[in-house]
Amino acid sequence: MPASTLAIELRDVSVRYRVPRERIPTFKEFAIKWLRGSVVYHELDALAQVSVRIPRGASLGIIGRNGAGKTTLMKVIARVLRPTGGDVTVNGHVAPLLELGAGFDTELSGRENVFLNGAILGRSRREMQRRFERIVAFSELGDFIDAPVRTYSTGMVARLGFAIATDVEPDILLVDEVLSVGDIEFQRKCTERIESIMRRGTTLVLVSHSPESILQLCEHVVWLNEGRVVADGPARQVVDAFVSRSAPVAAAAS
Amino acid sequence: MLDSLREVMRYRSLLRDLVARDLKVRYKRSALGILWTMLNPLLLMVIFTIVFAHILRVTVEHFTVYFLSAFVLWNFFAQATSWSTGCLLGYAPLIKKIYVPKSIFVIATVLAGTVNLIISLVPLVIIMLCVGHPFSLAMAFLPVPILLATLFSLGLSLALAPLCVMFADTVQIYGVILTAWMYLTPIIYPLSALPDHYRRLILLNPMTHLVEAFRTPIYQGALPSSHVMITATVAAIGTLVIGWAIFDRYSDRIAYLV
Repeated sequence: MPASTLAIELRDVSVRYRVPRERIPTFKEFAIKWLRGSVVYHELDALAQVSVRIPRGASLGIIGRNGAGKTTLMKVIARVLRPTGGDVTVNGHVAPLLELGAGFDTELSGRENVFLNGAILGRSRREMQRRFERIVAFSELGDFIDAPVRTYSTGMVARLGFAIATDVEPDILLVDEVLSVGDIEFQRKCTERIESIMRRGTTLVLVSHSPESILQLCEHVVWLNEGRVVADGPARQVVDAFVSRSAPVAAAAS
Repeated sequence: MLDSLREVMRYRSLLRDLVARDLKVRYKRSALGILWTMLNPLLLMVIFTIVFAHILRVTVEHFTVYFLSAFVLWNFFAQATSWSTGCLLGYAPLIKKIYVPKSIFVIATVLAGTVNLIISLVPLVIIMLCVGHPFSLAMAFLPVPILLATLFSLGLSLALAPLCVMFADTVQIYGVILTAWMYLTPIIYPLSALPDHYRRLILLNPMTHLVEAFRTPIYQGALPSSHVMITATVAAIGTLVIGWAIFDRYSDRIAYLV
């Protein structure tokens, strides 16, 4: 497959956190410990040689247990983290929904936050003005759009954040477990919105603990465990393997 | 450096929002807020005038104007650089979740300081009117030293910001350095009052030249000498290039550390 038809390509990507055994918060302590030679790190591989290729317009689901590296992988794709090893190629404009309300200033009104968030996504004020009415309509905030965001409920923040990220027509949409906070009606609306922007050619990467939403939205699934790819293939096959591996654990736990 | 400069340009609407937000927070959206930034130099000026003009009897004509024309520029430099030391931590929640060129936070903080500097020219003009200090056409030259001081402050801020993320006490250490630095800059005393060997030392301080470039049009009503301008320009641009390179080198680590 030629590189130009790929939206995202990760080659042997590793993310290694160098965690000091104890936190050294100040220069003074660092200097003392360094002189004594007692700065000890242990290394934690959040991702180890992960290779993933996502064609343009495809939809990829990422599953795995807590701490498997799903969010780290999303952060690498979103360019939030530069990997400590390997190469990342991302073709196109990325809208990351890694946490709802990330990039919101809670003291500002919803209206001001639409423009602030647009600016964070690299969009001009004029462009956001053009999209504003649609965003407010999708978020169903009505008159609350002029109230400070700190007065919003979790669901309202979720709706506004999702409305902005999906309205800016990103080439790549990253969604990390954010759909689970809203009510069923909102989840249905989000799913529809995602399907509609995917029809226009947006590439989707979705992290979720819910096999249903993964199966509904993704053709392909990568299963991560302890920073490594366990399986990579058609959604149904990988999800089934993951569920059957997790089920005995869940049964034993209960 | 050119690549990251171009990237910052792509995010200029974010830059404008951040500067506006920074100023709003500092002025708490109130008229009295702006008044406070004007009162601060005025109050300091009263104290310094009493101490130096009346108690220590420094014999400089129109000492208040002499002092304040240097002090507002110093105050800008000190505030912009020390605000910048904390700005990356302040934006940590954003830096961890969404990619933006991180230098933009430092640039926004310094530019907010520049706006503040321009506002603080108002009390300076008021004081000049009060003491009857003459205004000169040379003051039209002020945008140049303001620009140079902004570039210099930005360069230093870009170098300091990643260091502050790695070690929290950089902020305190820098505070001590700033205090010493202020007394090593001819703000409350004229350069000519120093013995030769000290003067040579003080001339190595880039802020000496930046302060001189800003003060001369106001206090002496003349353009700064070309020697002062060349030194100030080289110091400002050199610091910016080095600071930018340091920031670029460490900016990938910031998201891991904040």
